[in-house]
Amino acid sequence: MAILSASPNSFSQLAVLSSDWPGGFWLHWVFFTVIILAFVLNTALIFIWLERRALGRLQVRLGPNRVGPFGLLQPIADVLKLLTKEDMIPAKGDKLVFWLAPLVAFVPVLMIFAVIPFQSGALLADLNIGILYVVAISSVAAVGVFMAGWASNNKYSLIGAMRDVAMLISYEIPIVLSIVGVVLITGSLSLTEIVGAQQNIPFILLQPLGFLIFFLGSLAESNRTPFDLVEADSELVAGYHIEYSGMKFATLFLAEYAEVIAMSALMTTLFLGGWQGPLLPPIIWFLTKVFAVFLLIVWIRSTIPRLRIDQVMAFAWKFLLPLALINLLITSLQIVFWPEASPWLIVFLNLVAMAVLVLSWSRFFRLGGERIEV
Amino acid sequence: MGLEIAFWVLAVVAIAAALAVVTLRNVFRAALSLILCFLAVAGIFVTLSADFLAAVQILIYVGAIAVLIILAIMLTREVERGSLSNKLVVPVLISAILFFGVATFAMLNTSWPVVSLPPAEPTTALLASKLFGEDGFILTVEIAAILLLATIIGAITIVREK
Repeated sequence: MAILSASPNSFSQLAVLSSDWPGGFWLHWVFFTVIILAFVLNTALIFIWLERRALGRLQVRLGPNRVGPFGLLQPIADVLKLLTKEDMIPAKGDKLVFWLAPLVAFVPVLMIFAVIPFQSGALLADLNIGILYVVAISSVAAVGVFMAGWASNNKYSLIGAMRDVAMLISYEIPIVLSIVGVVLITGSLSLTEIVGAQQNIPFILLQPLGFLIFFLGSLAESNRTPFDLVEADSELVAGYHIEYSGMKFATLFLAEYAEVIAMSALMTTLFLGGWQGPLLPPIIWFLTKVFAVFLLIVWIRSTIPRLRIDQVMAFAWKFLLPLALINLLITSLQIVFWPEASPWLIVFLNLVAMAVLVLSWSRFFRLGGERIEV
Repeated sequence: MGLEIAFWVLAVVAIAAALAVVTLRNVFRAALSLILCFLAVAGIFVTLSADFLAAVQILIYVGAIAVLIILAIMLTREVERGSLSNKLVVPVLISAILFFGVATFAMLNTSWPVVSLPPAEPTTALLASKLFGEDGFILTVEIAAILLLATIIGAITIVREK
């Protein structure tokens, strides 16, 4: 839990500096790059521990509890084990691409954190096109997965990579459409302004359907359990990283967890009010919300079984995409024709609209001749 | 100074990657070089203060077009050796040199208008009012949308089972 104890100090230091910040471009750059690296690496370790412990509890077993108090040192032991393993490269694989793939998968995910505000003004770059940058950069990570799957020269890894790219292309559309709803209300693409616009009401209340679509879409994009058929053990053994071992496997694994952290942080920023909250310091609020979203994801993992690939595709195109379009239509109608309405009335209307839409659409949703109901 | 260094690095990377696309035998690696070329072009957009264009370049060219190209490559044979029966090297070389000459001639003989104003800070609002506002290019945008819709319907018609 190093980051939890260390962060408030380093960020209060920043608050002192922020009067003449950015004092130096390179100083700012180095400072936040180190912060982001430390944040991602430490949070990934904590998330791995938290996920294994929480999964254990949810499945009525103990989970890892031997290494250190409450098994806290288990992720560090895992990392040491991975680092000391033999690094193997398949003989008939494409060695250069095989070597580059973990980097191409990890670096774009790391770059997402450059625009996420940890606190008021505490971010690497406050881009005007913040959220568009996030969408663009995160689509590059698919190339890394594809490189890993192809360079391994293994049919299972190739099928896993193909599934990942198919899912990524499909779920990108509803995700972006649900983000557009938030952008319409805020009137800006900058993540700082999106957080600022949620001072009174977080967007999860104003855009409940948008949050639902974004949440399910990002579960699919980061290959979490109901949609984890990229690495479906029963069909594909392990998915696109089947031939990887040692440090390269650790990097791919880290990229996957970094993506989950990025998605949790994005949901926090876009829909849960970001670092804002009463009493506690902003960084504590930010971390609390990120961890709450992550625990929800773990809860879903322990509850819902894995879907088939046709179910996943049909869900994206026949369920999420129409609902995202309707959500966009409702939001823009409210903004154009009813700009001075009380926000709480809009909250109520949108919650009712979400309930009606989700329930009625699930009645239309058919798959292979069978009807699926909530 | 920093901008010039960035431009030259990106330009060299872009041209080297573009050459690799045509010279590499391995089609998969050629597609990856194409992605590198697109990224370098996006970098050049960033140095020109065109942040929106850079993000859209990555989103559309790297995230969509390149990924679709790779998906299509996966469905072909001889990924690692390229097209073995291809005898079109000489005609392609001639037409490429001709195109290169015409493009260079056009670029050198055009008087490029240079604005002395500093680049606009939030580019998105200006772009939007140019595209969708009065006296804008709304007709072009709509025509492009209809063209894309027609393409999608065409693709669906082709792949639909009888």
